[in-house]
Amino acid sequence: MFDQGKLAELQKQTKEYEEKLAAHTKKRPERQDRFVTDAGIEIKTLYTPADLSDFDYKRDLGFPGDYPFIRGVQNNMYRGRLWTMRQYAGFGSAEETNERFRYLLEQGQTGLSVAFDLPTQIGYNSDHPLAKGEVGKVGVAIDSLLDMETLFAGIPLDKVSTSMTINAPAAILLAMYIVLAEKQGVPQEKLNGTIQNDILKEYVARGTYIFPPGPSMRLITDIFAYCSKNVPNWNTISISGYHIREAGSTAVQEVAFTLADGIAYVQAAINAGLDVDEFAPRLSFFFNAHLNFFEEIAKFRAARRLWAKIMKERFGAKNPRSQMLRFHTQTAGCTLTAQQPQVNIMRVAFQALSAVLGGTQSLHTNSWDEALALPSEQSVLLALRTQQVIGYEIGAADTVDPLGGSYFIEKLTGEIEQRATAYIEKIDELGGAPEAIEYMQKEIQNSAYTYQKEIESGKKVVIGVNKFQMPEQRPAGLLKVDPAVAERQIVKLNRLKSERDNTRVEKILAELRRAAAADENLMPLFIAAVREYVTLGEICDVLREVFGEYKQNIVF
Amino acid sequence: MSGQSERPIRVLVAKPGLDGHDRGAKVIAQALRDAGMEVIYTGLRQTPEQIVQAALQEDVRVVALSSLSGAHLHLFPAVVEGLRREGATDILVLGGGIIPDEDIPVLKEAGIAEIFGPGTLTATVIDFIKEKVAQRK
Repeated sequence: MFDQGKLAELQKQTKEYEEKLAAHTKKRPERQDRFVTDAGIEIKTLYTPADLSDFDYKRDLGFPGDYPFIRGVQNNMYRGRLWTMRQYAGFGSAEETNERFRYLLEQGQTGLSVAFDLPTQIGYNSDHPLAKGEVGKVGVAIDSLLDMETLFAGIPLDKVSTSMTINAPAAILLAMYIVLAEKQGVPQEKLNGTIQNDILKEYVARGTYIFPPGPSMRLITDIFAYCSKNVPNWNTISISGYHIREAGSTAVQEVAFTLADGIAYVQAAINAGLDVDEFAPRLSFFFNAHLNFFEEIAKFRAARRLWAKIMKERFGAKNPRSQMLRFHTQTAGCTLTAQQPQVNIMRVAFQALSAVLGGTQSLHTNSWDEALALPSEQSVLLALRTQQVIGYEIGAADTVDPLGGSYFIEKLTGEIEQRATAYIEKIDELGGAPEAIEYMQKEIQNSAYTYQKEIESGKKVVIGVNKFQMPEQRPAGLLKVDPAVAERQIVKLNRLKSERDNTRVEKILAELRRAAAADENLMPLFIAAVREYVTLGEICDVLREVFGEYKQNIVF
Repeated sequence: MSGQSERPIRVLVAKPGLDGHDRGAKVIAQALRDAGMEVIYTGLRQTPEQIVQAALQEDVRVVALSSLSGAHLHLFPAVVEGLRREGATDILVLGGGIIPDEDIPVLKEAGIAEIFGPGTLTATVIDFIKEKVAQRK
């Protein structure tokens, strides 16, 4: 890339600079002995072409829209269309969440993202004993198609794309969405959206698992197979590093563990007889935008290049779309402070900017009050407006990969890729991600503990928590979920059960029990079941019976 | 008795309900262990009854509950009630997670000794436990 003669000359000059620098810092020491990223990568005072001596533009970067896609997955990125502004939302009943959805769409949001409550995510109806106290709390309660009809009332499904944070029962929620669309007169071929459907990171870091790995992977490959034929524009999985990072991992571990999970899904689908180029174009990813600004930008770029290589070299994918890492980003919830919470607005803005400079396809910006409660309407609006400022006012979206070619960013991108590759090799040695769950948990936990110790020692500054503290009053106007939502939900559920055709329900559940024990694709049966208003809990109970339940190994 | 006071404090760190956020619970567990306590972590998705049974079986002095899902008003008091039913009124019960200010008096009234919110330093929790356990001897 660089002229070798000039490079040698530059290396000599760099040496001179370093000597001058050493003399200077001897007299005036720097702020810290060492500067490191959150992942512990050492940062130098200055980067020059000498740091990229074997750099090759064509090989290492290439052009946006081309392998290895490090500069972006489209050839003109945000000059064509800005990223999708997609705020994760859901609380209480389907009515309340529907109202929030419509409000966000009116304010210029361009995609929907559904937060489900924990009973829904774990396949329990609202009247299950374990659902007590949890109904409608961290998301909307969905027991059956009836609730989905309310959730999307007045929202035409051929006009929006919808992301659903649903994992263990993803196939059933997707089935509900398909039937809902059908009732609106929208064929499934026209649907756009994403199901998270990433069970491995549930075992590792998020906790909403139901079934053991074997049957869970089968449900996932059933979805891949069904969608590649019937719902071609649907993102069948969102392989998520977000929660791994929230659980405390470093940026390097986030990339490594996410891509290791991705490798496991691709391998499982190939083992199930699918052709890689049929399903891989619909794989999508989900990353965290944390505080260390440049490291985050480098992380997104490194993930893109590494995945392209994995798909091409390891799995022989030929379709460029199979090699592209498309991703959603959410700003880091764990960096929000309850102390001086309005400072979170600034944290979120920088994190969001790193995601845009890293080439994200869609983005959720957290609200400033989320360390205290679910976000209020006003705080969500401010979070959305933050994205709009980045998109429309500051020119950040006007050229492709604006930091590409920066000596520092390229060096850091390479470093993250290298370290993540070493982790992936280690996970391969352990037999792949499903066998390495406890290993990943231990690594994440160690990083989380180190991070906390650095906050407590003051090495890591958190404004308002360990520096610049001040006495303060808690802000007013926080959102509170109506505690009556559970009762209303249970009344609705009981009414549904008395009004539907229960003979057909029993018949379908029996059929499902048989099919689950055999090895046929379960998607068509899920669709048939939800159409008859069989509830999520009833379907999951049958699957629990056949598949068993996952038992967590406690790593601590 | 002097021999008794040398015994490390035993703590059960527990995750009641369906919440999967265990970063805080594990960090606290590790910090308490590094501070010389004996720590047992229950793992996710424990019912209040399971937590009570584990506390009795493990003969702990302290139960530290963590919930970030908003179900604390149902779950935390249920643990205290369960311990009372078993006559284990000397066990100190603490809570942590995303707990709105207005819920804190309700939880204290129900017998939770203290609530630790986001941003709490682990040293604060360690000191609190040592002090309370010393008082209850």
